[in-house]
Amino acid sequence: MLCRRIIPCLDCDLAVPHGRVVKGIEFKRIRYAGVPWQLAKKYYEDGADEIVFLDITASHERRGTMTDVIERASKNVFVPLAVGGGIRTIQDARKVFNAGADKVAVNTAAIKNPALVDGLARHFGSQACVVAIDAKRRYISSPGKARGKIVVKTPEGPCWYECSIYGGREFTGVDAIRWALEVEGRGAGEILLTSMDKDGTVEGYDIPLTKAVSERLSIPVIASGGCGNPWHMYEVFKKTQASAALAASIFHYETHSIKKVKNYLAKKGIKVRL
Amino acid sequence: MVKVAIVDYGMGNIGSVYNAVNHLGAKPIVATAPSKLNADKVIIPGVGAFGDGIKNLAPFIPKIREALASDIPLLGICLGSQMLFEGSDESPRTKGLSVMKGKITKIPTRLKLPHIGWNSLEIKRKACPLFRGIRDGYVYFVHSYHALPKEDMVAATTRYGCTVTASVWKRNIFGTQFHPEKSGAVGLRMLKNFLEL
Repeated sequence: MLCRRIIPCLDCDLAVPHGRVVKGIEFKRIRYAGVPWQLAKKYYEDGADEIVFLDITASHERRGTMTDVIERASKNVFVPLAVGGGIRTIQDARKVFNAGADKVAVNTAAIKNPALVDGLARHFGSQACVVAIDAKRRYISSPGKARGKIVVKTPEGPCWYECSIYGGREFTGVDAIRWALEVEGRGAGEILLTSMDKDGTVEGYDIPLTKAVSERLSIPVIASGGCGNPWHMYEVFKKTQASAALAASIFHYETHSIKKVKNYLAKKGIKVRL
Repeated sequence: MVKVAIVDYGMGNIGSVYNAVNHLGAKPIVATAPSKLNADKVIIPGVGAFGDGIKNLAPFIPKIREALASDIPLLGICLGSQMLFEGSDESPRTKGLSVMKGKITKIPTRLKLPHIGWNSLEIKRKACPLFRGIRDGYVYFVHSYHALPKEDMVAATTRYGCTVTASVWKRNIFGTQFHPEKSGAVGLRMLKNFLEL
């Protein structure tokens, strides 16, 4: 049977030479964590099952993609590499694949032009096409108040989830769960599902969101946003059908190594690659 | 230095295979034309559909047969491994290289396809030189089809709601359905074993 994957995420700011990995708090406050390709190598050696590079500045300031970073990383890292941020066209995607990426993740461009998902799947295969969704809770006073939206019960009350684009700077009115279903139909191979409410809080993943999406889709869902300790990964694997758990800060600041987290999960009965 | 020709026939990314060969101290040659296939070893990578694969590989096939006849070790990865067989249900009208007897068929599982991710390897033929120094371990798969060989050539399998052919071996011909170049230390060890043949 397949292992559940542990994926470190490198949020990259490419405004400096070689780029730098940053970690924001709820998509806003920014801290500095290291050089992308060096961190990628370290995480690979420590047992990462895959590595995600997100160019956090690309969509916003239109800086293009991070082919240089990927070229350097792929010389030393022999697990799948996924790249997101600023990929708007088939040509953009081809550039990062040629640099050594195995998958691309699209968010803003896919919402603006859903046919991009079909195109990526057709050109590079579904396995190479990840759709990233940044979902924000929209609480409602009663279920009837959100017409056409999929309402999810959370400990904080019922809500629907709204897709955000441009790295959390703009909202779309699009229902995140419906959007996930739509892109699955268009050929997406995976969903990278980030909770904007939990991201950076280290309180744990958004379980109701991850559960709602992973139960409805047949493609793998990567849970993202909110991981603060290994138990949070255990919780998301135990309570939802997430195929992978993504985290940044807990690995960046060496609070927990990937190896230790995986040993912990294995002991608790979660199948991981050791 | 061991020269390794990586067949670049326009199907998927050859960069990671190139990097892995380079990392292991051998000399990778990107074979964009059949004339560049003169090497100590040949690797056929590839991701995509069987029919397109064979169509694009066609110009290289005579040279590949020549290499095999002169006992050059050949490693097919993913689609590259599938094309070694006689045919595939994915593209029923296309004939494969037929250097392995049997065909490629959809994985008969009730689980999600494609089968993507890390799965455990069960080595069936310990004598297979690819697995020297490897007892078991996890490797990275991305596929919906697998080989149903006619002869006894399955070298390793994995479980995904059914038994899936993970690797085949016949004399100097090796095939892996998984991606050794994306399978961490275990995968690199297999490639190293192949380069040392």
